[in-house]
Amino acid sequence: MEKCPSVKSILLLDSEGKRVAVKYYSDDWPTNAAKEAFEKDVFTKTQKTNARTEGYSEIAMFENNMVVYKFVQDLHFFVTGGEDENELILATVLQGFFDAVGLLLRGNVDKREALENLDLILLCLDEIVDGGIILETDATVIAGKVASHSIDAGAPLSEQTISQALATAREHLTRSLLK
Amino acid sequence: MAQPLVKKDDDHDDEAEYSPFLGIEKGAVLQEARVFNDPQLDPRRCSQVITKLLYLLNQGETFTKIEATEVFFAVTKLFQSRDLGLRRMVYLMIKELSPSSDEVIIVTSSLMKDMNSKTDMYRANAIRVLCRITDGTLLTQIERYLKQAIVDKNPVVASAALVSGIHLLQSNPEIVKRWSNEVQEAMQSRAALVQFHALALLHQIRQNDRLAVSKLVTSLTRGTVRSPLAQCLLIRYTCQVIRESAGNTQTGERPFYDYLESCLRHKAEMVIFEAARAITELNGVTSRELTPAITVLQLFLSSSKPVLRFAAVRTLNKVAMMHPMAVTNCNIDMESLISDQNRSIATLAITTLLKTGNESSVDRLMKQITNFMSDIADEFKIVVVEAIRSLCLKFPLKYRSLMNFLSNILREEGGFEYKKAIVDSIVILIRDIPDAKESGLLHLCEFIEDCEFTYLSTQILHFLGIEGPKTSDPSKYIRYIYNRVHLENATVRASAVSTLAKFGAMVDSLKPRIFVLLRRCLFDSDDEVRDRATLYLNTLGADGAMDETNEDASEFLFGSLDVPLESSDEPFDISSVPREVKVQPLAEKKAPSKKPAGLGAPPSGPTATVDAYEKLLSSIPEFSSFGNLFKSSAPVELTEAETEYAVNVVKHIFDQHVVFQYNCTNTIPEQLLENVTVLVDSSEAEEFAEVASKPLQSLPYDSPGQTFVAFEKPQGVPAVGKFSNILKFIVKEVDTSTGEAEDDGVEDEYRLEDLEVVAADYMQKVGVSNFRNAWENMNPDSERVDEYGLGPRENLSEAVNAVINLLGMQPCEGTEVVPSNSRSHTCLLSGVFIGNVRVLVRLSFGIDGEKEVAMKLARAPAAQQVNSGKLREFGGKTVAAREELRPDKRDKKRKRAGVREGAREKSRETALEVKFAWKKRKGRGRSDGICEELFMGMNREVACNLAFLTINEKGKARMEGWCDGDGLLLLGERRWRGEEEEEGKGSTLAFTEKDGWIEERMRWKGKMDGSSWMYGDEEVEEQHRVEKDGLGCRFDEVVPVIEGPIGEGKGDLGSPDFRVSSN
Repeated sequence: MEKCPSVKSILLLDSEGKRVAVKYYSDDWPTNAAKEAFEKDVFTKTQKTNARTEGYSEIAMFENNMVVYKFVQDLHFFVTGGEDENELILATVLQGFFDAVGLLLRGNVDKREALENLDLILLCLDEIVDGGIILETDATVIAGKVASHSIDAGAPLSEQTISQALATAREHLTRSLLK
Repeated sequence: MAQPLVKKDDDHDDEAEYSPFLGIEKGAVLQEARVFNDPQLDPRRCSQVITKLLYLLNQGETFTKIEATEVFFAVTKLFQSRDLGLRRMVYLMIKELSPSSDEVIIVTSSLMKDMNSKTDMYRANAIRVLCRITDGTLLTQIERYLKQAIVDKNPVVASAALVSGIHLLQSNPEIVKRWSNEVQEAMQSRAALVQFHALALLHQIRQNDRLAVSKLVTSLTRGTVRSPLAQCLLIRYTCQVIRESAGNTQTGERPFYDYLESCLRHKAEMVIFEAARAITELNGVTSRELTPAITVLQLFLSSSKPVLRFAAVRTLNKVAMMHPMAVTNCNIDMESLISDQNRSIATLAITTLLKTGNESSVDRLMKQITNFMSDIADEFKIVVVEAIRSLCLKFPLKYRSLMNFLSNILREEGGFEYKKAIVDSIVILIRDIPDAKESGLLHLCEFIEDCEFTYLSTQILHFLGIEGPKTSDPSKYIRYIYNRVHLENATVRASAVSTLAKFGAMVDSLKPRIFVLLRRCLFDSDDEVRDRATLYLNTLGADGAMDETNEDASEFLFGSLDVPLESSDEPFDISSVPREVKVQPLAEKKAPSKKPAGLGAPPSGPTATVDAYEKLLSSIPEFSSFGNLFKSSAPVELTEAETEYAVNVVKHIFDQHVVFQYNCTNTIPEQLLENVTVLVDSSEAEEFAEVASKPLQSLPYDSPGQTFVAFEKPQGVPAVGKFSNILKFIVKEVDTSTGEAEDDGVEDEYRLEDLEVVAADYMQKVGVSNFRNAWENMNPDSERVDEYGLGPRENLSEAVNAVINLLGMQPCEGTEVVPSNSRSHTCLLSGVFIGNVRVLVRLSFGIDGEKEVAMKLARAPAAQQVNSGKLREFGGKTVAAREELRPDKRDKKRKRAGVREGAREKSRETALEVKFAWKKRKGRGRSDGICEELFMGMNREVACNLAFLTINEKGKARMEGWCDGDGLLLLGERRWRGEEEEEGKGSTLAFTEKDGWIEERMRWKGKMDGSSWMYGDEEVEEQHRVEKDGLGCRFDEVVPVIEGPIGEGKGDLGSPDFRVSSN
């Protein structure tokens, strides 16, 4: 209990339960086989739910794992933690991940877009949790960090302007998406 | 990565059809990675290749060592590029590859350059990467930068450094601990998450210092912590402080409760929930404290967010276990959750309702559950079944509807685990609720009519065999059982035959009919079924072949028979069958059937009780003269697991003798051992002399046998010693295909581990109901007190268990359980020592920061007739046996005051204990050496704890105050009063707080005689000032106001009336 809230894994699976991008922060699953078995478990046990229709994250618990999840199109978002974890903290992380991906994919959240922008998804995961410790949960901040590759101080001026223009455009988009 | 975004706008249509990673292959991608080496880097291309590599890794692909090294070196080249997107991918890749330490060197300089770059994004990421891959030596080089980063004004950089600090604390605590000041500064950051990370790190740095954590919590709960995550963290730490201070605050308001309660009104839901959960988990929480938490959880129950509902119902479910009444208010909200879309929530709601429901709501609830059961998964159903079982045990009158429910769900579809849970529940209800028996048995009968699980069928048949005959109309079950013989597989048929036989044995009126049924089974296709039928027909006397009495037959049927069904080469000899212990194999030579040949032998099962041992031993003529068995130890293994021969030994203690019973098992199928003996060398056990031994004739594969060795020892004396053992035997080869053993054997021996007889073997675990009474009724003269340093221990609990095991005594009043995190503990033990001497022991433990444990042992035999010589003997032996605990039994050259002898001894012991604190306090002002000498291995904290214990114990008053590594806070007043302390009457010791100092005043009548102190006529007064430091006063800052020898002497604190006010 005195522990820092920690995330054990973040999973992004497709509609067949296959990996799009996953990240594990715990030694509970030492081998790839164990990880895949866990993903299969998570996937099948959350199949029959309505995480898609409702606007809120759903939750399930099995074998000492707390799983919060959210589906959109053919993408399934999961964040898992230990059984003693505060459910709402995990849900906040999930929401951050989910919204950030939505921003980065500019609303076209589906498997193909996600794979095409896998670099963004991976960077996004990297910015949310570091070794199980929550780094950031605010979707706009996360998306901003991932997308902010603009101005390296030494970049040529012409490039700078283009990327700045892009950044501005993205900001507009962000705002419109967030309403 | 601006590029992919741009690109998508342009090439959207082209890429629409396929996944960008379709048909991707490791070898090809590794080839592609060569672009990293191009002199003219194409950042976009490189990014794509890295993404592909990361994709492969993410899909579970692994790189060989060489591949990883190659990729790593290639990736390091990319530091040349100034493209930020590419750099980010490089960081990711390096983290993913987790390079070895010699490889790390190559990127270190690049990363350090990035760490000091002007671009915050570089700095933050470079810090995280570097800390992930770094080792201790490198860390010292970059420590300076990390400290700067922690207080950086950019929150991303600060967070990166702080989080890295948290990870590094595991591997390099000594370095990270030096960052305390910077982390503290970061705590003041305006950025919410920086605060969160700083708090997490700060707490981890200080987690072993209770005072510091307490201070941290105290200051933060007053201030404003902005981040909800940090607030959650603070709540957790607060709970920790509450838990750890629980022992010292007996009355009044729980500290920090107000803070927790105020968090219930926080605007972030996660904080509200964290606080509510924390309150429900407080130790010994009162219903008044619970109410506000339950109220917010109740609100959550009707939230539209599933996660909130789940969190609330899960917490309430836990609360319902301890405080069902507190949750009843939520029952209406809970009932609406039964139809919740999320089945986890619904299940939790139901089980909570089942826990909190009252008798009248059971029926309504069952109706709701029936609808719900059909659409939840098996694992949830099991939870519900278990909840219903406990509900039924709680309200036995409602068994009818609950039993009906169980039988209904038993008929429905379900997996094995689920069905097993239901069957188990019904069985338990039948056992515990007599009224439910008949209907329950019929439900089970119906179930086995159509049961797909062999295991459950056989279990139920067995249970029917035991319970069925005792019912009012046993005949109605016969149909169900006999149906099994027709319809089921061989295993079930066989157990059905056994069940029929049991009915036959128990119910005389049914016997003839059972015989008819059993005879039909003689033509079964399976030999086991036929054999059983034949056996039971014989046993029950159907053909008059065996004239066993009915009693024998039922004993045979119902007793636990433990005859291995194997053949051996030896002709069966009943006299070689050891009784009451696991029976040796016995059979006709290669018996064609599996008929148990041990019919003539009394039914036997392994029984661990002394009774069984006693019977066994008295049946052996050599040992029959030894008298009453005092104690038999638990078996001690003398071989490692999975060796050729497994041997364990049971030590039987008699008044004048000790018998070792060696239980041997031969684990080699190809061998038969004969004439097995154990050669015991007692040269290290001087008081023992071997008097007899009983060899084991034959030890075939996998059937245990016993051999015995007896020793004589002085009467009534707890002689201890070490025995080395060698197993001697004649080994014969066995042809495993025929089971024949060769005629010629070879003599062989096998070294066993040493065996020790310790003082605990002479101690019977016998509890007392009222320890305090028993203790006070003892003769005070017979009390002995000793102190021991037990060396470093993981925690107190471990030390307590070790000592209990060594003493072999019975813990009383649950004192063997040590509350977690406690620094001191008192354990009460009771037992009967050889010679029927009642012994009570009071153990006081203290543990300090370095995990050194100190123990004070006070023990007393209750019986008046005990002569103290014997007791002392016991004392000495116990100490010897405790060698592994490293007794720092210090040389107690107690200077006797002279005036007190005999009965005063008890009090003098106490004085010595208290002196730890007193002496220490005094000693600090003068010289440290005194204390070191006095308290070998015992440091300040242990001394304080011991003093604390003693005062509480002897003063029979619970003292309130604070005791920790820094000192002992005593506020209040203590008076001597009383019966035992006639001379000390009127003496006072008072502590008061004044201007941040603790003032101590002592006044008594007495005088100093050398270093000893005595009550007398002279009025003595002394005063000390102690600087108060927050929560505890420090002994090392004692300022003696009056110089003098007073306080260094042996102030006798035998029975002070110690009154301390809480502030």
